[in-house]
Amino acid sequence: MSDTTQNGPMLAADGTPLKRSLARALRRQKMRALMLISPLLIFVLVTFIAPIADMLFRSVENQMVSETLPTTTQVLGEWDHSAGEPPAEPVYEALYYDLFIAAEAKEHTKLGTRLNYEYTGVSSLFRSTGRGLDDLGDDYLDELEEVDDRWGEGAFWYDLMTGTGSTDEDLVAAHAKRLEQLTGDKLSGDVGFAPSTEIAALLPKTTAAYADFAVYTALVDGDVVAEEDPWESVYVGLMTDLQTADVASYSGPEAEALQTAAEAAQGIEYIPLKTFFAEEDEDWLNVDIWATVQTYSSKYTSGYFLNAVDLQLTPDGIEARPENQQIYIMLFKRTMFMSLAITFSCIALGYPVAWLLANLPASKANLLMILVLLPFWTSLLVRTSAWKVMLQQQGVINDVLVWLGLVDDAARLVMINNQFGTIVAMTHILLPFMILPLYSVMQGIPPSYLRAAKSLGATNWTAFWRVYFPQSVPGIGAGSILVFILAIGYYITPEIVGGTTGTFISNRIAYHISSSLNWGLGAALGAILLAVVLLLYWAYDKIVGIDNVKLG
Amino acid sequence: MKLTHTLLAGSALALVAGAASAQDLTLVSWGGAYQSSQQKAYVEPYVEANPGVSVTWDESSAEAVAKLRAMNEAGNITWDLVDVVAADAIRLCDEGLAMEYDPDELLAPGDDGSSAEDDFGDLIVSDCFIPQIVYSTTFGYRTDLVPEGVEAPTDVCSVFDLETYPGKRSLEKRPINNMEWALYCDGVAKDEIYDVLATPEGQDQALAKLDTIKDEVIWWSAGADTPQLLADGEIFMGSTYNGRLFSVIVEQDQPVGMLWDMQVFDLDGWIIPAGLDEESQAAVEDFVKFATDTTRLADQSKYISYGPARLSSAPLVSTHADLGVEMAPHMPTDPENAKNTLLYNYEFWADYRDDIDAKFQSWLAK
Amino acid sequence: MALTIAKPTSAVFAAGVAALFGAFFGIFVGTATGSTLLGLVGGAAVIFALSWAAATFLRGQEKAARWGFIVLFTAGGFLFSGVPGLVLGLIFGTFFGWLTFYVASGRYRTGLPPYSTPRQVLWHFAFRTIAGLILVFLITPILVVMPLSFNAEDFFTFTPEMLSFDPEGYSLKHYRDFFTNSDWQGALWNSVRIAPVATILAVGFGTLAAIGLSQPHVPFRQAIMAILISPMIVPLIISAAGMYFFYSRIGLQGTYLGVVLAHAALGIPFVIITVTATLVGFDNSLTRAAANMGADPVTTFFRVQMPLILPGVISGGLFAFITSFDEVVVVLFVGSAGQKTLPWQMFIGLREQISPTILAVATILVIISIGLLTTVELLRRRSERLRGMSPS
Repeated sequence: MSDTTQNGPMLAADGTPLKRSLARALRRQKMRALMLISPLLIFVLVTFIAPIADMLFRSVENQMVSETLPTTTQVLGEWDHSAGEPPAEPVYEALYYDLFIAAEAKEHTKLGTRLNYEYTGVSSLFRSTGRGLDDLGDDYLDELEEVDDRWGEGAFWYDLMTGTGSTDEDLVAAHAKRLEQLTGDKLSGDVGFAPSTEIAALLPKTTAAYADFAVYTALVDGDVVAEEDPWESVYVGLMTDLQTADVASYSGPEAEALQTAAEAAQGIEYIPLKTFFAEEDEDWLNVDIWATVQTYSSKYTSGYFLNAVDLQLTPDGIEARPENQQIYIMLFKRTMFMSLAITFSCIALGYPVAWLLANLPASKANLLMILVLLPFWTSLLVRTSAWKVMLQQQGVINDVLVWLGLVDDAARLVMINNQFGTIVAMTHILLPFMILPLYSVMQGIPPSYLRAAKSLGATNWTAFWRVYFPQSVPGIGAGSILVFILAIGYYITPEIVGGTTGTFISNRIAYHISSSLNWGLGAALGAILLAVVLLLYWAYDKIVGIDNVKLG
Repeated sequence: MKLTHTLLAGSALALVAGAASAQDLTLVSWGGAYQSSQQKAYVEPYVEANPGVSVTWDESSAEAVAKLRAMNEAGNITWDLVDVVAADAIRLCDEGLAMEYDPDELLAPGDDGSSAEDDFGDLIVSDCFIPQIVYSTTFGYRTDLVPEGVEAPTDVCSVFDLETYPGKRSLEKRPINNMEWALYCDGVAKDEIYDVLATPEGQDQALAKLDTIKDEVIWWSAGADTPQLLADGEIFMGSTYNGRLFSVIVEQDQPVGMLWDMQVFDLDGWIIPAGLDEESQAAVEDFVKFATDTTRLADQSKYISYGPARLSSAPLVSTHADLGVEMAPHMPTDPENAKNTLLYNYEFWADYRDDIDAKFQSWLAK
Repeated sequence: MALTIAKPTSAVFAAGVAALFGAFFGIFVGTATGSTLLGLVGGAAVIFALSWAAATFLRGQEKAARWGFIVLFTAGGFLFSGVPGLVLGLIFGTFFGWLTFYVASGRYRTGLPPYSTPRQVLWHFAFRTIAGLILVFLITPILVVMPLSFNAEDFFTFTPEMLSFDPEGYSLKHYRDFFTNSDWQGALWNSVRIAPVATILAVGFGTLAAIGLSQPHVPFRQAIMAILISPMIVPLIISAAGMYFFYSRIGLQGTYLGVVLAHAALGIPFVIITVTATLVGFDNSLTRAAANMGADPVTTFFRVQMPLILPGVISGGLFAFITSFDEVVVVLFVGSAGQKTLPWQMFIGLREQISPTILAVATILVIISIGLLTTVELLRRRSERLRGMSPS
């Protein structure tokens, strides 16, 4: 150390510059702290943060429409709803094949349910249409079988479609990928089929429908394609193709049968798919339904979030929901208002108790502390039910009041199934969360301050208000935020004692998650609620500091 | 207790025999008296006959659709047999979460020789739904709170008649059933209810009718609520399931009477989750065949007043297991009780549930 | 301890104060027998007379006089309305005897500064009464639950038989149900299997992290703290739904491990908060001293740090334990039949079939919690003695 020149860096004992040495020590300290923290951090990230993130992601996720109806949404892209005309034949054609494979995979009703959130009636439209899809193909098959029995046979079809010469492997791969998206499962295995390029060019719709069939049969059912009778959609495809295709020059396997069929097709009545869908349900000509499909065909949507604030995404942009369906903004406001009311009643009730506890000798205070903690340790469900027994019209409190003659038997007080009931029960449940931080803050306020103020001539009230109260504010802050944050997310207590006017936004979230199964909307509501809570948490951390919360 | 004994006895037997491989079935049901009737009528005799089988109950029927969906997403089905109401069964079947079955193959023929399909008849409302019982949602009322000089109510519309029958009512916190009753009591003909309810005007009409009693309504969400409210004297009348009212009236001996008018007929039954492995599926199918035969379904009615879903079980309905009360007159299927009923319209509610529910909740919150 | 020396007050004053209470209780007795007003006036008059007589003539023989009150009231109550009257008489007799002499002897002023004005004295007692009422509010549900758990009927209702103290109205059948029903026993067993493991996980990870967090120079401290506290601030229903989907996907849904992990996550904030709070007052020179004397970090931790932060750890652990033991929303989603805990069983009980067995369980749990809380309190006193901070 002694040899250090004035200008050179200051060196530590081991000769390294002091600055670097200190930095290294600091780094080591940081590393040690992080190492201690990291197991828990990883634990919480995996068991808690990841699930929450996953949950909230559902509020924007909307792949279902484009995955279930990939071709339809693509073709529909050019359609303009404002003209007031339903889309043209190609859209209905695409819809038929999309819906057919979706119905085989039982995905179409899920989509119906999804779109029903946006437009009432879509659910049954998809369900009933899904049942009728086979009929069209069956009718065609009957006619074709009259010409040649083999049209109903799997092996015959397999030969026809495989053809000779080069095969189109990519087509099958594309269909397999589309099926994977539809079912959401990873599919593997060999399809055992690829259409000849010649057939694929000659009969494109037939090939596409057959490829769907082949992929599904091989990869989902695990059967051999050549042994299974093709789907009805294949006949619809064939009939559509035969309207335009020139099969006379085709020379591959079963060319003769195909040519005979083409001739016979002249005599079979071809039903355009638009007509078919209109006959299934005239709602398919409804412009609004198509506009809804088009609006919700993107992969991500703001629709759930808009619904969560009483707006809706319509083909014409964002609109307010009909007034008689608006509820969420009001619920958010009510949740805020009631949580505030609960927080204030907790302050009003908690402050005197905390004061008493802080000013009693420790041995007495600890005994009373048990009274504070005891309800904390009693099952929430039981406490809530007990409030029900207390507060209802034939309950304990009303009985006593009637007995004392303070309240007429015919005019018993309504104290439950409304906001009052929720506020009472939740104040009770959250009161310990107010008392504990208040108590720990008040314990740190020396009683001599108050005495000093009084001996200087302050009245009791002035001494309290000007000297003691300001020092207890951090406790009030800590308790308030804690109570408010916990209150805002409660749902079991409001559910049991809240009736219709005392329920919270969490009750709706729970309803959408476990009952209506509109998970996207539930997640959107949850995300908004979470944002509010995080904002409060942030404010709390800024004002009070999370370290200052003390429990017990 | 009994279950443990049976299980213990069962596993002991299995150990001795060393033959039957242990098979654990997870059955999902509603808990409470209903589940214990299933335990006594189906599970106990089945386990006795098949000592290798043990049964675990999961009281998750209320969340069955949500949970099955998540299980399916995750590809890990942990349930073997799920008890659901028909509406949920239809939904599960539609979404491919429940297994479709062939009634004549899976279910035992009726005792009277009829095929399973004929025996269950129209009650197989979905390809996946294995009907068990017919139940009704109806009204119970406090007999001691009926005003003096007034006849006890017999008409469902007395719910809306606050002048003759003052006092609180309890209704379920959802539009289903309530909207139908409101329209019916507002003068809409029974067979037009759903046509009217499909229109916005009709929905407003129903809500307006409900508005006339809104201040007097306590809304329930758990099946145990109305019986408790009746027992407390907290309400004059309230809607609940007929089995609950039977329990309050006959088993608990409370001063409560019930209406058999415009009660909503509904079904409850099993579904087998789709995607079970072969071994579980075989075990479940064996159990289902046993548990839905004519005798077993009739047996269940010894413990709870829900009508067996098989025609051939009806003549076998006897008396309550503990109280010796004749059960048939308490069944929703009894002709005396079924003079004026409403059948739950599954199709309608699948479509209109979201829409009407939004309106209903918004109306409720106002 | 006494700030003020007790100075006897006049007999009229003591009797007057007692008479106020007499009037108050008289209202209830009067109402029960038909006339509220008569009860009010009669109560005031009787108590005034008795208290005045006692304070005037028996000032020297406090003990004998108080016994006299008890005997007189008990006998009166018994003659008046049998056994319930006897019990009430015993309570009233004890109370009024004590009150008369508490006021008459001036003992009520001992805890207050000698210069307190009468208004300040009045406020002092009024304030304590208010605080007392709030504490009563806090335990009201427990006071309701306990008698109802002995209900002979299957509803949450005070039956007329119960109110008239008819033994017919009471029964132990709900307790019997709890102890013999395999559902309840299974649920209890599951709770006992899940809660401690979740607690150990939460406490183990939590204490380590809290020590890490209380080191100086922790990078991203605020952010890390926010993440670790988040299970407490995220609304429970969101956590439950999120865990449900996520755990389903990774195969944890419906498993013992899944429930334990979920409950551990929920308990962690409590451990972090309590342990960091204890560490705030921790003197870091102690660890350095230990290191100086050759202790390795592990020894230092277990021999020096741990004993000092133990109260915080225990208190956090208890909160974590109770979080798991009383948690119903998350377990309902994350668990399956095999993990049905007590709160879950209670929830089913409330939803599907209201049965006072729930209340019997609650009563048993309350008694256990009283035991646990007392243990904690004793432990705390012990640890304060260890640290040389004897309770004042």
